[in-house]
Amino acid sequence: MNGFRVLEPGVLSLFQDAGRLGYHALGMTAGGPMDGAAFYWANRLVGNHEGATTLEVAQGGLRLECTGDTSVAVTGAAMPLKINGQTKALWRSYRVAPGDVLELGHATVGLRTYVAAAAGFEAPVYFGSTAVVRREGLGKPLHAGQELVCGASTDTDWALPMDQIPRCEATVTLRVVEGYQVSEFSAGSRELFYRSAFQVSPRSDRMGYRLEGNAVAAPAGERFSEGIAYGAVQVPPDGQPIVLLNDRQTIGGYPKLGTVLSLDCWKLAQCAPGAKVCFEDISLEAAQAAVEEAAATREATALKRSA
Amino acid sequence: MPDNLMRIEVAGENALIVYLGDALSPVVADRVRWLDQQLRERLADQLIDTVPSYASVLVIYRPDRIRMEALQEYIEEFGRATSEPMTKEEGRLVTLPVWYGTESGPDLVALAESNGLSLDEVVRRHHARQYRVYAIGFAPGFAYLGEVDEAIARPRLATPRQHVPKGSVGIADRQTAVYPAESPGGWNLIGRCPVRMFDPLAAAPMPVGVGDRIQFEPISRSEHLELGGAP
Repeated sequence: MNGFRVLEPGVLSLFQDAGRLGYHALGMTAGGPMDGAAFYWANRLVGNHEGATTLEVAQGGLRLECTGDTSVAVTGAAMPLKINGQTKALWRSYRVAPGDVLELGHATVGLRTYVAAAAGFEAPVYFGSTAVVRREGLGKPLHAGQELVCGASTDTDWALPMDQIPRCEATVTLRVVEGYQVSEFSAGSRELFYRSAFQVSPRSDRMGYRLEGNAVAAPAGERFSEGIAYGAVQVPPDGQPIVLLNDRQTIGGYPKLGTVLSLDCWKLAQCAPGAKVCFEDISLEAAQAAVEEAAATREATALKRSA
Repeated sequence: MPDNLMRIEVAGENALIVYLGDALSPVVADRVRWLDQQLRERLADQLIDTVPSYASVLVIYRPDRIRMEALQEYIEEFGRATSEPMTKEEGRLVTLPVWYGTESGPDLVALAESNGLSLDEVVRRHHARQYRVYAIGFAPGFAYLGEVDEAIARPRLATPRQHVPKGSVGIADRQTAVYPAESPGGWNLIGRCPVRMFDPLAAAPMPVGVGDRIQFEPISRSEHLELGGAP
């Protein structure tokens, strides 16, 4: 069978496809890749459709042994990749044969990589998605000895042109589309929010990123819990912003001053605790134009033959 | 519905949040349910997902299929349509059995004492009225029900529990709920319900939906166990 055996699962490796959409009304979160760009390129490099199931490898430490011919690509954080002990570049695909061992070390900058294999990994489907959400009991992290099934190798190896490779940084600036309760925040607290540098707290995970820094005064008063969008920036009474990401709770009651532009969320998701985060505002029109442009650029990018 | 009761705010580059009132009431909840249904039925191909809650609906859309301005017009149109006598589609009535008591409800005594009622009176008042499902969220299958009799309302615990057993029935202020799975939680626990509130593998994963009405029905410990409740 085309695929791999898990020799070591790494710190936290999860099946992720494009996410579980359409079930928020049941209280179910979306899940899906924390770094959507790396996920997209990993799949494209092995000829998969956009939403094929990959492995999201947090922090590294994964070791896989090939059990049947396939193609594989690794993208995302700069984790050292070795195949049979030989150092290999990320952001390109490789054909592997039975007995080959693929190994991911620990990232120096960035936090998550995506391992895509030809035709995608087979994984249990819950509510139309293979995205593993541990909190909801949907799927489980990889474990040693697990057999991974995918498709046969592709004919060609491909690489993403160097100038198209997104780089993880230890300091990130996130663009915010203001909205929700922004008009209830004082001018002073908004200004403080935009000129502060926050630090990523160790209590950050797939659900949300907690930030530490200047206390941003949040509007007081009770409000009903309401739907939380991907990237929403909520400010609890302690003034420490929380950016809610893929595994966010569907509803919550803290005031929100806006939403991080979806194109920027991956930068935060690649931040380890201690990384520095700044915010700048972007108009709705500029944000929508940026999303359209990014989609067009992606479509227009041709992969290079690498072998 | 008069337009001035609807307020639309941006919730992201591809999301709008529609506020339909600022009070917890069955009327507002009806508007939420109506708008959510209209959106899901009529714009299914343009939307990624919606999140109906107490007084708002979050609408997340596909920017390659509809523009924000056009979506906003649809929302306003759906809103106007409800200003006609509302098609009053009542939610279903769902009966949920509850094993009340000090063993299944570790906060029953404290709640009774702080509110100056007997244990029996707290229990009686809890199942004396029907509740409405105002929102589902926090976790899959967690239904926010309201409102409980003011006499049995009590704030959340100062320090939440690390482990609330699955099926626990709790009160937080004037809301009540059944915990669908073991989780941390700070609600005042007064009993336990044997009905599974979320089953990811079932065709209908939840026995209740937003807008449904809930009637609690007291049962004994042995009935609870017979119905598959956790001891």
